[in-house]
Amino acid sequence: MIELDKVSYGYGDTALFTQLSLTLAPGSFHFLTGPSGAGKTTLLRLCYADLRATAGKVRLFGQDAAALDRDAVAMTRRRIGVVHQDCQFLDHLNIAENIALPLTVADRAAEAAGNLQELLDWVGLAPQAAQRPPELSGGERQRAALARAVIVSPEVIIADEPTGNVDWEMSQRLLSLLVELNKMGKTILIATHDLAMIRSLKSDVNARVLRLKDGELTQAGAAL
Amino acid sequence: MKGMLDLIVGDPQADRAVPPTGLTARLTVFVAAVMAFLAVIALALSLTTSRQAATWGEELAQSATLRLPADPDLADELLLAALEVLQTTPGVARARALSPDEQAALLEPWFGPDLPLDTLPVPQLIEVIAESDGYDKDGLAARLTAQVPGAVLDDHTTWREPLVAAANRVRLIGWAIIVLIGATVAAMITLAAQASLATNQQVIRVLRLVGARDVYIARAFVRRYTLRAALGAVGGVILGLLAVALLPGDDSGDSLLTAVGFQGAEWLWPLVIPLLAAIVAFLATRAAAFRTLKEMT
Repeated sequence: MIELDKVSYGYGDTALFTQLSLTLAPGSFHFLTGPSGAGKTTLLRLCYADLRATAGKVRLFGQDAAALDRDAVAMTRRRIGVVHQDCQFLDHLNIAENIALPLTVADRAAEAAGNLQELLDWVGLAPQAAQRPPELSGGERQRAALARAVIVSPEVIIADEPTGNVDWEMSQRLLSLLVELNKMGKTILIATHDLAMIRSLKSDVNARVLRLKDGELTQAGAAL
Repeated sequence: MKGMLDLIVGDPQADRAVPPTGLTARLTVFVAAVMAFLAVIALALSLTTSRQAATWGEELAQSATLRLPADPDLADELLLAALEVLQTTPGVARARALSPDEQAALLEPWFGPDLPLDTLPVPQLIEVIAESDGYDKDGLAARLTAQVPGAVLDDHTTWREPLVAAANRVRLIGWAIIVLIGATVAAMITLAAQASLATNQQVIRVLRLVGARDVYIARAFVRRYTLRAALGAVGGVILGLLAVALLPGDDSGDSLLTAVGFQGAEWLWPLVIPLLAAIVAFLATRAAAFRTLKEMT
């Protein structure tokens, strides 16, 4: 589904990682851990074609990401829901419009009406539907970002520190939503440095935990 | 073609994806209105010049002047001979000798009202009016040379050609001004659209992250600027038409300045300006949007 084959990436002359490989099989659940600055966000961005690898191959749904033109990148992103660390909302639209945005830009706005109310209820944001993003708390924004990521029913969901700005209770709620999606067959990749959160989920989901450190991606040990 | 259709049709709410920009919007409407106003005035000038050139050209082309030698002894004889030649020439509708008063009136601007015309050897003038198909000028000149020695036929070519050339040049300048106005609108819209795209880089990034194609993002800007240009142009055209309608004028057609305006169906021409403004804005914004979006990759 998403495959990184001996991929390298660097900023300027500094290599962030080299010869890194990763395969996300359909229905799999992966955690990506590692210290700050290790390149977790960069690795995620390669997975949804927001960056292009400096070497190696990134294959998204069987297609070489480097060969995708801008339209093809857009079409590929409709198959990948992304929860960004900083949410990335359009502040002049209300939360309902922001959540419906992936359908709107796909000229499928008519489908939003049914899905939207269901999603707002699912993430517990129905009362805040008409509010603008700056009026919401960190947890509410994260839940809204998750709702936006799944409204087009993508095959893959990528989340970058989805619990970074929320308390423990809220992070458990968000993660349980992601586990629920995985049980529905979605492929999940979550970047986080919160090992306690991973431990709390180990019994609920069959997840692989990967560690990115010093440019190398390894399977995390049993200490987790 | 499909890309053009995608920009025009599709989600009618597409431009909501981009936040409204108050000052740029008002400036775009204002500039479009001013340019449309100037275009109406340029159009009026161009059409008036064109009309006047045609009128003057036709009038002068259908008339000629025959000048007889100023010989008092042969004056009557030459006049009769000349009139006979003219009346028997195919294509000549009318030939009429100017009266002494008419000749005095022609000379008055140069010599004053007290010129003793009857004591001076002034050449007799004959006004020649041609039929619509005209006459054989060379043939008539040859017959006059043979039968009215010294007579000179002036068909006003010397006057007419520079006048028509000047009128045509003015008309071309009028159209050139309209083209320049269109180019200015395109440049202004391009600058405004580029500024707007640069200001909204973060919005564009979010739209792309959720799967928006370039055509969707461009549509938001294209619709906005096309609508603003069209609205501004409608206002400018209305003001321009009012200004032209209020210009003082007369129907004599003697003066170009007092003839400036539209006649009959010409009043419909300015209605094309908002459509052209919208087309120019559409193309300029589309080009700016796709160029900028490509650079933002």
